[in-house]
Amino acid sequence: MIKLKTALTTVALAGSIAAVSTPAMARETISIVGSSTVYPFATVVAERFGVNTDFPTPKLESTGSGGGLKLFCAGIGTQHPDITNASRRMKTSEYDLCQKNGVKEITEFRIGSDGIVIASSQDAENLDITLEQLFLALGKEVPSPDDETKLVANPYEKWSDIDSSLPNVAIRVMGPPPTSGTRDSFNELALQGGCEDLPAVANMSEDDMESVCQSVREDGAFIEAGENDNLIVQKLIDDSGLYGVFGYSFLEENSDRLQAATLNGMVPTAEAIAADEYPVARSLFFYVKKAHVGVVPGIAEYAEFFVSPSAMGKNGYLKDVGLIVPPRDALMELQDKASNMPSLTKEELM
Amino acid sequence: MTDQRSQAEIVRQSLKRRYRKERRFRAYGILAIAIALSALVVLFTDIIGKGYTGFTKTTITMEVNLDGEMMYLDDATDEKQMKMADFVEPLLQALIKQVPGATEENREAVRDLLNPYASNELREMLQANPDWLGTTQTLTVLAHTDVDVYAKHAGDSAYSIKLSERQQQWVDQLIEKGVVQTSFNDVFFTSGDSRDPSRAGILGAVVGSLLTMIVTLVLSFPIGVAAAIYLEEFAPQNKLTDFIEVNINNLAAVPSIIFGLLGLAVFINLFGMPRSVPVVGGLVLTLMTLPTIIISSRAAIKSVPPSIREAAEGIGASKMQVVLHHVLPLAMPGMLTGSIIGMAQALGETAPLLLIGMVAFIVDVPGGFFESATVLPVQVFLWAGSPELAFIERASAAIMVLLAFLVSMNALAIGLRKRLERRW
Repeated sequence: MIKLKTALTTVALAGSIAAVSTPAMARETISIVGSSTVYPFATVVAERFGVNTDFPTPKLESTGSGGGLKLFCAGIGTQHPDITNASRRMKTSEYDLCQKNGVKEITEFRIGSDGIVIASSQDAENLDITLEQLFLALGKEVPSPDDETKLVANPYEKWSDIDSSLPNVAIRVMGPPPTSGTRDSFNELALQGGCEDLPAVANMSEDDMESVCQSVREDGAFIEAGENDNLIVQKLIDDSGLYGVFGYSFLEENSDRLQAATLNGMVPTAEAIAADEYPVARSLFFYVKKAHVGVVPGIAEYAEFFVSPSAMGKNGYLKDVGLIVPPRDALMELQDKASNMPSLTKEELM
Repeated sequence: MTDQRSQAEIVRQSLKRRYRKERRFRAYGILAIAIALSALVVLFTDIIGKGYTGFTKTTITMEVNLDGEMMYLDDATDEKQMKMADFVEPLLQALIKQVPGATEENREAVRDLLNPYASNELREMLQANPDWLGTTQTLTVLAHTDVDVYAKHAGDSAYSIKLSERQQQWVDQLIEKGVVQTSFNDVFFTSGDSRDPSRAGILGAVVGSLLTMIVTLVLSFPIGVAAAIYLEEFAPQNKLTDFIEVNINNLAAVPSIIFGLLGLAVFINLFGMPRSVPVVGGLVLTLMTLPTIIISSRAAIKSVPPSIREAAEGIGASKMQVVLHHVLPLAMPGMLTGSIIGMAQALGETAPLLLIGMVAFIVDVPGGFFESATVLPVQVFLWAGSPELAFIERASAAIMVLLAFLVSMNALAIGLRKRLERRW
């Protein structure tokens, strides 16, 4: 009797373990990963999508653009996400990874712009800086102050060492980690933008130039914070000698406590960013895995919902959250895209 | 003689110094306790000071004329019509009437006082009471988050920045008239996450925590107790047993994030389990809690006096009978205490769950072990990272709820121990 009991328990236990290790593969909820910059916009869309349609509210994870694309490109099947957000364009290497893992058809949506700002507490001395000065402050190797054709390890300790018009405080800038799309864009647009025209790199090959221009100093002047932009805001308020790098929407949310630096004579405003006048503006994207459309319910509808005028139009709710919405023509194009779902090709990314 | 006297002399002379030393030593102890206590007090005052406002909500109560024509609706039971109907207009018109000096021209400014989801609330109300159509009802809807923080933090300019001066005056007048009121925040306890702080709640996270804890308890308690009994009662004393013992102790000291990595590699990547589900969370936390339970269960078994075992054996009980009938019941209080403390630890754990995707924006309250969920501490983490000011108080309020859970679990453990403890 006892033996029978034990046998039964063993079978039951084994059964439950088997049940646990082969989960139901069907998934009803859209799974979205990706950029922490797009996250505040996408969550608003997702929530409204859940409230206003019969589909369940999509699930969103904030993993950073690179992390999101890695998960997105890991393969087809409901254990992989359906949509990834990115605060930069997909790289060709990521496209190749997707192709290799069977994620052949992807649709790209460019949903608007965001500016990257350098901000500080309102008690701090505001920066009015050119991109070149910014690179001199943060680059790992910069032209030597004595011989501008020669690169040396960054010697600048105070902003005023670079130019006497800059504040006389130690260079300390807090920014996002390399997995973040904000960091990618900051490196590409701000640092490389300020470094390209320096005589020291003018004769370099493109790859060398990129590696010089996009290397950030590692001697403590640039402090890497996590993906949590709010943490940077907190630190800035507590420490008036510190400057921080993050997306425009965070500046807008905290406009009463922070002030933004002027870059190349431009103050970051929504208008300047949308018009591409502000030098460090970038586009935001989301990518849809076409193989999952129809498998997980609501993906196509979500895309349509995201690019609808009530969300991204001139008076859309995303504007209230701080998205710099695309102009009317671009929005119409996006709506066409949402209904046709054209596949992204590698040529488009090059 | 002289020797003795001089020794007594020495003692007498050093007496004062020794007393001083002792007093100093005690003072160090008191100082240490004072530092710990003051840290605790600072922590609690900060959390409570920031968070108590999270337990109140701001609502707008007004007479709403549910005119069918205004809403483009003539049958509230027709689903299609309900989808297309305009639920903002009746609320807006009602509010304009309440705001002194506001007219049609101030539509936009007045609308900003209403919660963006107020129209959804109205739709739900009308769905539940279709016969309201065409009547005038006194309704209560949520105010906009900006109004919410302004009403709660009167006089603090950091919280009023989103409202124009005119809107601030309106809100002040509406508060005076009793249209805008603050009351207990039931939304906070009855809804899932939201991007709108005034609609955000912890129910989703609490249910997620509960599901995860059930998985953890169901797996870790039997496994932990079984392992402890075997190691303590049956295992032969040899090198292998020692090796296992040492490793269980090592496992207890492994940082929890490692278990998260393990969970990601094994459960998600190898077994293909979905991300962000309570089952995977529970499995990971099981691994983390197991050593705690095994160690405390073994201690409990050890504390059962050998005389009881010997007595049982003396009257002819088999080894298994000794264990099941005598040792286990006597050790159970200790095992339970250990398990509850282990579970409390697991409840407050965030790091391993971040890796398996339980840090996500999930609005719907999870309904099962395989549905996406998040847990309370992760919810705190998510809210603390949101740009909206109003989320800071929500995060603090969620911390208070979490602390209340932890304190009550620990109290339960202490209570159990006090009640069931046997002294020999």
